[in-house]
Amino acid sequence: MAINYIYPEYEVVRNYDRCISCRVCERQCANLVHHYDTKRGKMICDESKCVACHRCVALCPTRALKIVKSDHTFKENANWTGEKITNIYRQAESGGVLLASMGTPKNYPVYWDKILINASQVTNPSIDPLREPMETKVFLGHKNDKIVRDQYGRIKCDETPQLELQVPVMFSAMSYGSISYNAHKSLAMASKKLGIYYNTGEGGLHEDFYEYGPNTIVQIASGRFGVHPDYLKAGAALEIKMGQGAKPGIGGHLPGAKIVGDVSKTRMIPEGSDAISPAPHHDIYSIEDLRQLVYTLKEATNYTKPVIVKIAAVHNVSAIASGVARSGADIIAIDGFRGGTGAAPAAIRDNVGIPIELALASVDKRLRDEGIRNDVSLVVGGSIRSSADIVKAIALGADAVYIATSALIALGCHLCRSCHSGRCNWGIATQRPDLVKRLNPEIGSEKLVNLIHAWQHEIKEMMGGMGINSIEALRGNRAMLRGIGLTREELDILGIKHAGE
Amino acid sequence: MKRVYVNEEWCLGCHLCEYNCAFANSNEDDMILACKDKSLDARITIEDRDDGVHFAVNCRECKDPLCLKSCIAGAIFRDGDMIRIDKDRCVLCYSCIMACPYGALRPTKEKVMGKCELCTDNGRKTPACVEGCPNKAIVFEER
Amino acid sequence: MESFQREGDVRIPAGCAISSMFSKTGRKFSGEGMIKSISIMHDRSNGLGGGFAGYGIYPEYKDFYAFHVFYDSDDARHITEDFIDEHFDIVNLSKIPTKKNKNITDEPLIWRYFVTPLPTKLAQSQLEEDEYTVRCVVKINTHIKGAYVFSSGKNMGIFKAVGYPEDVGRFYRVDEYEGYAWTVHGRYPTNTPGWWGGAHPFGLLDYSIVHNGEISSYDANRRAIEMYGYRCTLQTDTEVITYMIDYLHRKQKLSLEECAHVIAAPFWSTIDRMNEDKKREYTYLRNTFSSLLINGPFSIILGFDGGLMALNDRLKLRSLVAAEKNDMVYFSSEESAIKIIEPNPDRIWYPKGGEPVIVTLNEGVEA
Repeated sequence: MAINYIYPEYEVVRNYDRCISCRVCERQCANLVHHYDTKRGKMICDESKCVACHRCVALCPTRALKIVKSDHTFKENANWTGEKITNIYRQAESGGVLLASMGTPKNYPVYWDKILINASQVTNPSIDPLREPMETKVFLGHKNDKIVRDQYGRIKCDETPQLELQVPVMFSAMSYGSISYNAHKSLAMASKKLGIYYNTGEGGLHEDFYEYGPNTIVQIASGRFGVHPDYLKAGAALEIKMGQGAKPGIGGHLPGAKIVGDVSKTRMIPEGSDAISPAPHHDIYSIEDLRQLVYTLKEATNYTKPVIVKIAAVHNVSAIASGVARSGADIIAIDGFRGGTGAAPAAIRDNVGIPIELALASVDKRLRDEGIRNDVSLVVGGSIRSSADIVKAIALGADAVYIATSALIALGCHLCRSCHSGRCNWGIATQRPDLVKRLNPEIGSEKLVNLIHAWQHEIKEMMGGMGINSIEALRGNRAMLRGIGLTREELDILGIKHAGE
Repeated sequence: MKRVYVNEEWCLGCHLCEYNCAFANSNEDDMILACKDKSLDARITIEDRDDGVHFAVNCRECKDPLCLKSCIAGAIFRDGDMIRIDKDRCVLCYSCIMACPYGALRPTKEKVMGKCELCTDNGRKTPACVEGCPNKAIVFEER
Repeated sequence: MESFQREGDVRIPAGCAISSMFSKTGRKFSGEGMIKSISIMHDRSNGLGGGFAGYGIYPEYKDFYAFHVFYDSDDARHITEDFIDEHFDIVNLSKIPTKKNKNITDEPLIWRYFVTPLPTKLAQSQLEEDEYTVRCVVKINTHIKGAYVFSSGKNMGIFKAVGYPEDVGRFYRVDEYEGYAWTVHGRYPTNTPGWWGGAHPFGLLDYSIVHNGEISSYDANRRAIEMYGYRCTLQTDTEVITYMIDYLHRKQKLSLEECAHVIAAPFWSTIDRMNEDKKREYTYLRNTFSSLLINGPFSIILGFDGGLMALNDRLKLRSLVAAEKNDMVYFSSEESAIKIIEPNPDRIWYPKGGEPVIVTLNEGVEA
């Protein structure tokens, strides 16, 4: 390359008055940004390699480092932004698709932030969660619509398989391979402690984690990696992945470099071979094909486990969800377009799909209009960032939420969006043993447990404020929500009123 | 007795324990003052192997300590379960260094021999290396 | 009146007073006692709604549905009567007798019809008689402007208006009707809709509900019940609770106790302490109908053919007192409202939150 057109996006600022040259930054940076210059006797850096993951910043014992955005600029242009220009340089150089990771950073509206929650005053008492029971337990699965009695008149409690969650939160699919062994172990341990579930993603279940089966959702994706009878039987529920919010309509690609050792074994594919998940399931070209797979899985597990069908939020999501609800699925998971990914073409991640808030509102309404809302539970994901987002999602109509990015952040992820490089300095999105060991599952699982407990406390506080002491009384309770700064059209889709109405 | 144990599975080789140790034993209240432009004066040492194994070494508080036996000045003594050094008696003869199979002793800036005394000698409740370890590779516990 | 939105256009929270009396032996008594009882709780109402439900009051027409209807105009009446005539055999129709009262104003036309479904139409619809009738009532209430059926049960009737309940009672001359069970409601809405249909009790077939409280689960309950074909046009708690009971009791055929275990379900921690069989059943009910759990304060008295059920929310956030004297059972918001009509009850107690008190006519007694 004769000329490098691209100036580094970030600068590493080192305060030499504080730096003690302990070299922890150098040892911890897998991108090789820092090194100790023996001639000058000081630390120096190459910021062109920096991804702003903050590992060095976090470990520097004297706070000598910070990462700042470079103020180097192109001539200002509202249309041709620096990013657009730089991307063209990159593609002109490589001839390839621009890869990206995690959820879209684009400035699309976040409806969660335009929805406000209600509280009781005078006519209805708020409830103090410290003094009164406050229930957050939910069951996910198909609900019977008819009470049947036996010959003695007793109610037949023939429940369809249900997932019992102590908090309406689950860790959504992240495959072993896209994330590390220790990240998976942290999620598994935390799920067990919390009485919730994590999801294997499409990479199979490592043999060490079969013991966490009762808290595991095993996923069946288009590549069918790691799927075998014992795998299906190990999980508490089965999830058919039809789509992912970050990349609706396309499959996945885990490069051969990451298919090493146990990852290869768990996925049941040769070491070094690329793991390519096709865009569609090649045995599902229609809704009736999906029905066949749903029942195939139910047969294989003797109708003991609920089947989840995960779809990406796209324009006609409510019609799709209606079809899925009639396919025999017990739970529908909808992934909004702000959801994360280990790697996706940036063009798709940043331009395809719709926000989860709108998808959820329209799916919940559609299923109710058709009278089939109780046939399935609704789980939504795609950027649930806080307890307030959860409360809003449930009030819009979700039974539970899926979180992944939030969980990774709890594990240390700093959203540098470089997962596709495989050099995750936090030991999460990497298979390099020296990096993987940076995530001690004992610490990781504790952080996850803390996060969910903290959110549970906050959910209870908000519920109590509304005079609600059981989460099912919040579900679909849209009168508890008001929009702020939304158009009539947006309010209609969300099925809520404007603040002040 | 509670002492410092190392789990190499989680040791990243970041060497922060060494700096936290040096700071804790420096009599300074600022790590920059304690460590900047000074030779590292730590009682714990990370051994780095090329194959990626890292291991923090400090005094193991041996039941039958060779350092104590080898001390010509009678400066090394047993205090309950712990082995300590009487700074006034030490003559810095290096006999203990020769005798210790772990390399847990080293001379300090005060020109006497130093070893880890589990931060009991600098007014801390938990050893500084343990508190500062980012990955729980060093733990302070009873086994 | 038009400056305020009507019930149904807006959700209006309300506080209230409720009271009821019931004879287990089916002994009939007039509505006079209810007027006395509710007037002692005058301060719990604010003059914006009151009403009565009497059971066993139409023995001569006990096999016919008694429709009580408000009309805004004669036009609305003609359209409605044509509709009723098309679907039912009308055996009697008349204005409901009232007595002028200076505190009751803006009265609509108030008519009463005793009807039975036309056999051919009923057969055509392939519905049970009750369901056929419910659908016709809903049709009138949602499709005919200016007409509102506010009572549709057999051998029972609801009488309600805007005003203080004691005035409403005098207006409708409830002291001239005799029944084995009466309930009464005094309303304290936090807005002034001034529409008679918005007063309580709310009725559907034989079910009538008087309710004191403001439920926080309203929209969750409403959206759940609307999935089964109900339309909550009034947006009141009472309406949605009535539909929930109708769904659970009439359609799902749950017993009233079981209904209570759904709408005021025990806490999971309580269920966990039950024996295995009971635990399974309670869990099943709570999970199957999870969206019909009511949260927030309520005390309700449900009237039904042959009995009453009193139920509090599971935290008992609203007052509810019960008392017994010989064949009589009383439920009320306040002890004073019972003592004024029965100064020396045999027993007086405060039902626990979430635990229903159900009273029915003694065996062999005909309503």
